[in-house]
Amino acid sequence: MFQKILTSALFAGFCAGLLAAALQFVFVQPVLLHAELYEGGDLVHFGGEAVSATPELPGFNPMRDGLSLLFSALIYVGYGLILVGAMALAAERGVTITARSGLIWGLAGFIVVHFAPAASLPPEVPGVAYTDLTLRQIWWWGTVIATAAGLGLIAFGRGWGAWGAAVILLLAPHVIGAPHPESFTGPVPPELASLFASRALAVGMAAWAMLGLFAGHFWASDDNAQA
Amino acid sequence: MTALAQTAAKSTILSIVAAMGLGIGIVTIAGHVQAATLHDAAHDVRHATGFPCH
Repeated sequence: MFQKILTSALFAGFCAGLLAAALQFVFVQPVLLHAELYEGGDLVHFGGEAVSATPELPGFNPMRDGLSLLFSALIYVGYGLILVGAMALAAERGVTITARSGLIWGLAGFIVVHFAPAASLPPEVPGVAYTDLTLRQIWWWGTVIATAAGLGLIAFGRGWGAWGAAVILLLAPHVIGAPHPESFTGPVPPELASLFASRALAVGMAAWAMLGLFAGHFWASDDNAQA
Repeated sequence: MTALAQTAAKSTILSIVAAMGLGIGIVTIAGHVQAATLHDAAHDVRHATGFPCH
């Protein structure tokens, strides 16, 4: 069983990680590099004077971008192991896993680790104001766990008790609230910050859709191979 | 449940827990641990993946 989870997760995670890295290089990295020009003080923006929105950005950096590729693959292999583990648990209880249902699992995963945390703590472009890192990491994990439990209860729970508990779990992290800075001191234009957040979410959604699709496909084809 | 089936069920649960534990470990190391080298290497991906970074 462990080997079956591992192979499905490795293949699915690696493919999704490569796709995420490719999308990141095209759509997210230019926004990040642009923001770093403000973070480092090369560009200054206070809303009063116009600043060019299309500065010259640093080009391809083999070391930096190679490490991004590596860590992207690593993170999605990690996510793949968690996702396929959850699929295996459901399969043990009689749920059929296919590539098509895998897509829904993947989109649920996207909501759990990207969308729900982003609702109160949007993906940060470098150079924005921030508060204590540990507090934000604790809030991030709490939100991920509560959202996963909430979606699990909606998908597999029976009756209003389970669904009511799900709504509470989904809302609680946002009612409690994420740690935010007391004042805004970041030098980055809000246009860049919002573009960064939406691009990061879009790439995360595409990568998780692929992760779920591949995980479901490899899991189901492993079943067929054994049958 | 026979003893054999019980052992199989136990090993299945153990496999699932081990796989998910490994996954959580990888995500923690790649996305959350703040050791300087690790933070610098994973910096761009952490931001793009929506992890709290700085």
